[in-house]
Amino acid sequence: MATVNNPKQNPKYKVIGTRPVRHDGADKVTGRAKYGADIKLTGMLYGAMLRSPHAHARIVSIDTSKAEALPGVRAVATSADLPEQGDRVVELGEGSANMRHLSANILAREKVLYKGHAIAAVAADNIHIAEEAVKLIAVQYELLPPVLDVRKAMEDDAPILNDDIRTESVGSAPPGNDSKPTNIAKHFVFEKGDLAAGFAAADVIVEREFDTSMVHQGYIEPHNATVLWNTDGKITVWLSTQGSFSARQQTAELLKVPISSVKVIPTEIGGGFGGKISVYLPPVAAVLSKKSGRPVKLIMSRTSVFEATGPTPGSHMRVKLGATKDGKLVAGEAWIAFEAGAYTGSPIGAACMCIFACYDLPNGRVEGFDVCVNKPRTNAYRAPGSTHVAFATETLVDEICRQIGMDPADFRLKNAAKEGVRRVDGPVYARVGMVETIEAIKNSEHYKTPLEGKYRGRGIATGFWFNCGLKSAASATVNPDGTVSLMEGSTDIGGSRTGIAMQLAEALGIRAEEVTPTVGDTDSVGYCDVTGGSRVTFATGIAAIEAAKDIQRQLVDRAAMLWEVEPSQVSYHAGAVHGPEGKTLSFKEMADKLHATGGAVIGRGTSSAANQAGAFGTHCVDVEVDPELGKVQILRYTAAQDAGTAIHPSYVEGQIQGGVVQGIGWALNEEYWYDERGDMRNSTYLDYRMPTCYDVPMIDTIIVEVPDPQHPYGVRGVGEVPICPPPAAIANAIYDAIGVRMHQLPMSPPRLLSEILKKPQ
Amino acid sequence: MSRKRIVTLTINGDQVELLCEPRQTLLEVLRDTLEMTGTKEGCSNGNCGACTVVMDGRPVVSCLVLAVEAEGAEIRTIEGVARGSHLDEVQSAFLEGAALQCGICTPGFILQTECLLAENPSPTEDEIRFYLAGNLCRCTGYDKIVRAVQVAAEKRQLAKS
Repeated sequence: MATVNNPKQNPKYKVIGTRPVRHDGADKVTGRAKYGADIKLTGMLYGAMLRSPHAHARIVSIDTSKAEALPGVRAVATSADLPEQGDRVVELGEGSANMRHLSANILAREKVLYKGHAIAAVAADNIHIAEEAVKLIAVQYELLPPVLDVRKAMEDDAPILNDDIRTESVGSAPPGNDSKPTNIAKHFVFEKGDLAAGFAAADVIVEREFDTSMVHQGYIEPHNATVLWNTDGKITVWLSTQGSFSARQQTAELLKVPISSVKVIPTEIGGGFGGKISVYLPPVAAVLSKKSGRPVKLIMSRTSVFEATGPTPGSHMRVKLGATKDGKLVAGEAWIAFEAGAYTGSPIGAACMCIFACYDLPNGRVEGFDVCVNKPRTNAYRAPGSTHVAFATETLVDEICRQIGMDPADFRLKNAAKEGVRRVDGPVYARVGMVETIEAIKNSEHYKTPLEGKYRGRGIATGFWFNCGLKSAASATVNPDGTVSLMEGSTDIGGSRTGIAMQLAEALGIRAEEVTPTVGDTDSVGYCDVTGGSRVTFATGIAAIEAAKDIQRQLVDRAAMLWEVEPSQVSYHAGAVHGPEGKTLSFKEMADKLHATGGAVIGRGTSSAANQAGAFGTHCVDVEVDPELGKVQILRYTAAQDAGTAIHPSYVEGQIQGGVVQGIGWALNEEYWYDERGDMRNSTYLDYRMPTCYDVPMIDTIIVEVPDPQHPYGVRGVGEVPICPPPAAIANAIYDAIGVRMHQLPMSPPRLLSEILKKPQ
Repeated sequence: MSRKRIVTLTINGDQVELLCEPRQTLLEVLRDTLEMTGTKEGCSNGNCGACTVVMDGRPVVSCLVLAVEAEGAEIRTIEGVARGSHLDEVQSAFLEGAALQCGICTPGFILQTECLLAENPSPTEDEIRFYLAGNLCRCTGYDKIVRAVQVAAEKRQLAKS
């Protein structure tokens, strides 16, 4: 392994800010890395699932007898094989879940609520037999009318998906009607200041409605699980997951077994972006394994990934902003309805908190609704909820800037969220870097260079994500050769194990290459919450630093013993123990003496209290619009983001670039396309068109470093923010190019062309 | 189920004989029969490029090739890219350039790049982007992948001169 030198390395640190080759890299460029689908166990069976062809139907009967009789079929499972859950809500690390809904989502009970809803599963000697057997399962349905539009689902006479849902009120929302079931699962209201007085003081008020379509995270690796339910009652799960401990808990709760009966071994994971937190397959594979006495592997097809996992919701938003003519925001109001999908749980709460989060808004009111529709149960997708609302707010801000004739960067600087500002939903910001990211864009060569050419335009937009702390654990063993084996529990989607190892190395004064990080299974490392919320480099990093400090303390004790002095006379710094009279032993020399001084030194560290201060980004994009086709080409893109302290700059840049391109896809092409029966008509990568490398330019990044004081090295998570600004930045650039305002995502060629044609020529 | 067939082909220079059903794809026999799991499955209908292998010098998505069609073919997979224990230029450029995050698309990208550089040793950025457009990556935004390909091309040119 080699560390690639960065000429602009952070001068405060030796390891942090360098670019070492990632520890798992050689396996990943040679095909040796083991992902979930690569697991093969002796006697393993292959599973396939029967999924609903209807968007809304009552299940009258399921007959599996013909499937069971097919030679090579070893087990068949339906929801009758899963325990009843009753009315239970369980905290799962990053949010809670209604267990009855979670269970019915993985194998439908009385009703199917979306096309692709799982109904039954088969385990057979090979995948082809399993797929043939699935076709032999006979299901009788009583068809029900589907409801697909979020506003229609809120109407009194809408078809109701779940009999057990009543509106839960949050914030200052009035109590809901408990007398009859509804599709409105949650109702949020957040208020700040005096809204009427705020709008009364405004010189400019802009109010618009926005719609966005359901989109998918699009990770290239389909969901998979391999499960062995052993004869001793122990259940081992090999899983592609963003959180092995959350997956353990969900699996245990869904099977109603103790968590200690379940061991989750996280395999390498082929992308997640929030979509691999919920469990779909492990309990089903577990039941098949128990019935067959053999390990069972389930892998979803790409179509099932689209139709039956957790995309992020489509939305309808009505947003109003008021500002004075000298460019001060005075009031904002929003009404937001999110498609929860089949069961409650859209990120509407986060959306309500994020919508005005980039600004110091004195008067605000936000109302949000979580609404069930006959589409898959939605799930987290990179800054869940924030991209939707950034599209609305940042478009309105651009409109205001045009009306009052103010530079959009200056307007944002004037109104930027900063330390001490209270968000509409209550919290007050600690030190954050919103101002610095706007300044970075304003001072960038990109923003300073005038854009020339017909049908070309430039737009900017900002974005916010909270970033969370939650719980992490790590342990680190010193090896006699002066290296350290680090065990941590955060599944690594994008190089995080190296970022964590670098923090341990920095704390011990050794090189990143002298740490070997391993992502442990649920029996070999302490509890870690999910890889999500941009928390891993922050929180698991803190756990690793704590483990390093624990090692330092133990080495101090060992050195004191060797030197026959008091431990208080010994200290650890700069990669060595230092004692009286200039005595010193390097980390490596101490490691060599471990066997003679009491054996292994194992450092332990946890993180649970620390919470992040939030992260901001500002983006600038140049586009060219083809006015005859409605096609938008991205010409140039620059994204500035506050990373606190960049641990591994290459992977910080990578997070920004990846998030931006996902945002470009959301802005220009991606959408779930349903017909009136609730059938998704574009459930392949060919028709659900994600950006290819031919669609995008290089993505320039500017890493802004405003250290977060809650992390020893100042880390802020970087994963989520970069997806938020692109749709609005691109919409603003389109307006700049051709004078057409877009209020709907995606801004695909037919939609944009339709708006172009509406414009008087 | 049809009768199984014997297929003889060359994989990474080794002659291999295998037994497969006519409906099995090259991807399935590579992964499940031969346990060469470096070739990845992302969509099984030819849209994502994760299962790209080189077949008789051309890149193919192995999910759209039946194993029986590979009779007599020369196949190169990700397992055959490194030279012994040394990574080749494309692999090391991806590794050192941080051109991967989750890594699931990486084997496909590397093989597609091998074919590109065999056809066109000094591709422009536009030529790189066009040639790799059949391979989806959802993590990186492609920036570092394109740069890694540029670096690999330069290194390979330098090695030749």
